[in-house]
Amino acid sequence: MNEATGVVPLPYTRAQIGERLGPTGTETMARALRWMILGRALDARMQGLQRQGRVGFYGAATGQEAVSVAAGLGSTPDDWILPGLREQLVALVRGHPLGRYVHHLFADDLDPARGRNMPCHPTASEVHYVSMSSVIGTQVTHAVGVAYGMKVRRSPGVAFAFFGDGATSANDVHAGLNFAGVWRLPVVFCCTNNQWAISMPVSKQTAAPELAGKAAAYGIPGHRVDGTDFVAVLDALGRARAEAAAGRGPTFLELVAYRMTPHSSSDDPGRYQPADWSARARAHDPVARLGAWLEAEGIVSAADRDAMHRAADEEVRAAVSAAEATPPPAPASLTEDVYASSRSALRE
Amino acid sequence: MTELTLVQAVNRGLAEAMRRDPNVLVLGEDVGVNGGVFRATDGLLKEFGEERVLDTPLSETGIVGTAIGMALYGLKPVAEIQFLDFIYPAFDQIVSELAKFRYRSGGQYPCPVVIRTPYGGGIKGGLYHSQSTEAYFCHTAGLKVVIPSTPADAKGLLLTAIQDEDPVMFLEPKRIYRSVSGEVPDGDVRVPFGRARLVRDGTDVSIFAYGAMVPVASEAADTLAAEGISAEVIDLRSLVPLDEAAAVASVEKTGRAVIVHEAARFCGFGAELAALLAEKALYSLKAPIARVTGYDTPFPYALEHLYLPNAARVAHAARETVRSG
Repeated sequence: MNEATGVVPLPYTRAQIGERLGPTGTETMARALRWMILGRALDARMQGLQRQGRVGFYGAATGQEAVSVAAGLGSTPDDWILPGLREQLVALVRGHPLGRYVHHLFADDLDPARGRNMPCHPTASEVHYVSMSSVIGTQVTHAVGVAYGMKVRRSPGVAFAFFGDGATSANDVHAGLNFAGVWRLPVVFCCTNNQWAISMPVSKQTAAPELAGKAAAYGIPGHRVDGTDFVAVLDALGRARAEAAAGRGPTFLELVAYRMTPHSSSDDPGRYQPADWSARARAHDPVARLGAWLEAEGIVSAADRDAMHRAADEEVRAAVSAAEATPPPAPASLTEDVYASSRSALRE
Repeated sequence: MTELTLVQAVNRGLAEAMRRDPNVLVLGEDVGVNGGVFRATDGLLKEFGEERVLDTPLSETGIVGTAIGMALYGLKPVAEIQFLDFIYPAFDQIVSELAKFRYRSGGQYPCPVVIRTPYGGGIKGGLYHSQSTEAYFCHTAGLKVVIPSTPADAKGLLLTAIQDEDPVMFLEPKRIYRSVSGEVPDGDVRVPFGRARLVRDGTDVSIFAYGAMVPVASEAADTLAAEGISAEVIDLRSLVPLDEAAAVASVEKTGRAVIVHEAARFCGFGAELAALLAEKALYSLKAPIARVTGYDTPFPYALEHLYLPNAARVAHAARETVRSG
């Protein structure tokens, strides 16, 4: 813990960044900081709007930005993203416009998913960010099927499956890891262990000391990574991606992070989190850790960081204004997209 | 035309679809080397290879979840669930994911998976190899539910299912997999969804059935004919979408309806059909609608013959409707 910055420092010299991320590593880190600050600004604004009743629901990703931004920057256009609740930044980094995502949060007439799904459940097919349900873990077997398609079509892409620590208890995570192992498919399993499944700590989820150890049961490699260290995450995702793309099969990554906000806008962590949780989480704030390193190295100044925050706030403000000026979906859309053709869901 | 059993017709339908479209693939437990426990996929591995005929690990949720991912990516997976009774680990994938992908993505992610599965009693399969739970799937918007009763329909409806843009539950009446045979058109001859099949023309009572209950209804109609009662037999064959017009028109003609299915009665498909007829054809009805169904019990082993509707029960119900009005 660094007293001045209030966070655990990222443990790298500049030379080590070059070794791990290549010659443009520090530029990638600065780009990542901008995205992470945007995600943080979005979370703050949306949580406020939810409390005011202007957004119906919100599930913040605060504390997990390093994972999503690394996945966004470390994936290629041929890759597919099978997300959980806290990976929307992956879609944004891959090119889904913020404004369109905010239309989704407001479930308005310009929501690409036509207001069908709850906020934080976007669809962005143009960047291969697949629609998710609210059921835990079901997307993991979908990633396996997508990866099978990539394999038979000889695509250079890989499938990224995102899920949390709680999902490791769910049927489809087990099934997906098993199928992908047997068929040696190009999947990167990204388990963001934010240490809480609503009120349940990992120790009540499993007797396994580390989630990464579960990979051994499926005959695939598993690695535990500091999920609040952007450099470590980008490095690990890149290695796993390269293995998958080279036909050497799937990898399971446990990305350890700290959930810094409630599970969702419907949750009260005061009922179950220990008193010192917030302080521990703040010490592992991925945005602050990355920002402190870049500032200490003289790559990003304090003034630059302030400017990034202001720009992010303004970008979010503009998107919210546009969404609030957009009407709700047309009533007729209620019965569309149930089937391909017009068999009416409401017959009369 | 070729004379085939129902299960052979399923097999020919799969092979036909796979020859025509390289995106079509088959996956499930024991479907490859073994050719399926009922041999529905026999020979496919040899003709199409391991990449398109996949033996999966033993996990129904894995089979359906993987098939969904394949369909999202643009393949045309035909998943086999070995018995309908074993589909429940995948129920979440079918109801929460498969049925809702198109809707919740605003049309961005259609999910055209076909799930083939043998269903129904009559093979002494006990509780867990006999059930007829089509109603669960009919209740879920986004799914189509199809049940053939002849070899020609088995192939023709399956070809339609595989080229359909929506997910299809394709339920195969295993009791008549081999006991029914018939002429099946060669090649890519499809049978459209949403059209009932008139099995037998009649004027006094309409008997509605599907799957393995169609031969039972026909046998009952023979009995009734000998007594001077003219029964019309209609094979619904497509429960979702349902040929409502054919059902209503038949009852407008005969004034009486008997609905036959082997599923339990309470909230079974017959309840929906009876409600439809009450809404659309009430003033044509001369007698109360009758249902001949399985009982509201788990499926029995030793007393299976008492549980399943037979021709005598169907004929009795039809006779009662004629007698009462």
